[in-house]
Amino acid sequence: MRSWWVGSLAAAVMIAMLFFAGSMRVRAENDGVNNHNDQAAATAADVRIDNFSFAPQTLTVAAGTTITWTNRDDIPHSVVSTDGVFKSKVRDTDEKFSYTFAKAGVYPYYCSIHPKMTGKVVVQ
Amino acid sequence: MSDIRQDVIRQKVQDLNDDGVDRRGFLKCMAWAGAGLVWTMSGGVPVSRAIATGGGHARDGSGGGDFSFVQISDSHMGFNKPANPDVAATLQVAVDKINGLPNQPDFLLHTGDISHLSRAEQFDTVDQILKGAKAKDVFFVPGEHDVLDDNGKSYLERYGKDARRGGWYSFDHKGVHFIGLVNVVDLKAGGLGSLGGEQLKWMEKDVKHRKHSTPIVIFAHIPLWSVYPEWGWGTEDSAQALACVKKFGSVTVLNGHIHQIMQKVEGNVTFHTAMSTAFPQPQPGKSDSPGPMKVPAEQLRSLLGITQVNTIRGKHALAVVDSTLG
Repeated sequence: MRSWWVGSLAAAVMIAMLFFAGSMRVRAENDGVNNHNDQAAATAADVRIDNFSFAPQTLTVAAGTTITWTNRDDIPHSVVSTDGVFKSKVRDTDEKFSYTFAKAGVYPYYCSIHPKMTGKVVVQ
Repeated sequence: MSDIRQDVIRQKVQDLNDDGVDRRGFLKCMAWAGAGLVWTMSGGVPVSRAIATGGGHARDGSGGGDFSFVQISDSHMGFNKPANPDVAATLQVAVDKINGLPNQPDFLLHTGDISHLSRAEQFDTVDQILKGAKAKDVFFVPGEHDVLDDNGKSYLERYGKDARRGGWYSFDHKGVHFIGLVNVVDLKAGGLGSLGGEQLKWMEKDVKHRKHSTPIVIFAHIPLWSVYPEWGWGTEDSAQALACVKKFGSVTVLNGHIHQIMQKVEGNVTFHTAMSTAFPQPQPGKSDSPGPMKVPAEQLRSLLGITQVNTIRGKHALAVVDSTLG
């Protein structure tokens, strides 16, 4: 009897956690720029925009990671997915853009103002 | 690629004819580039002569041609970092300089990056300063900084009322045909400036029935020749645009974007890029990136400037004169 209760409680908690994680993911995708605070417990990574380039140019992260780009140049840049998955507004000096990568895949991106600037996020 | 300027010079030297300027004299002229240079197009062959700073007259009097216009570029209103915390002030100096030219221009061309961040108040400031120019007509093409976030919607509402849907247009002035092109929207990852099929088709039709003897002036923001593709300083389909004007005896291409003077001649086409009125950018490959050059305050105005173009009716000649702001 007791083990049945423990088992169902554990299952209920797991189901609740799954729902919670799922809703967080949806929120993160919808919020775009302002989602990084919600994901404090999840992993985070940074890309620096400097000298008209993204560094690191290729960044490999685990699914669920929030990546934050920071523009360290004197000139505005943008972070735009080549496949239309994400798109920042134009970011001036010291402005940031964050996006949470929920699904595994390869996400090439570029600066729509200076299209020679390209980068890639690999989500495992 | 750091030798690109030398290559340009070499090519230019080969194209010179009996203008009395030998190689040594020519290189001396190039050293003058910051202070002012005249390019006279005569039957498609360019002739160079140094001019006095601030003057609009060449030694052969070509400054007194039928009419002139002035190109300004890259005012970047809203930029406030080193080396120029006050780009409104330097634009004002440019307007004052234009108003002081002995040979007053019929109109101004602005070859883009009017604003730094496409904001209404930045466009407003530029419009306000340009109202102080004696020349009342100003023709614009957008730079990539003018079409941020909204793909050019606010730019077109303000400047593109008489233009085609994409913002390109042409007009005639005293026998010269002017074509304003847009090569800063829908840029593809890894690519250069782009004109696109619709614009190229329009351009082909626009010039089709014009006489070969009509002087053509094409103006666009990003250079229509390959200045330095590594920094995105070129336009991927510019060859198709130039093919449209192949039959014409005199074609002058005026660009901005690179914030420095560059020239190249290919057959009957003379390419020229203008200085910015806001901040200088490094020579191709001479820096880690094409970002703004930080220079001492006292040097800044010697690296900013305006370009005056004089035309002489009947000779199909255009004289391009760059002068700095200080």
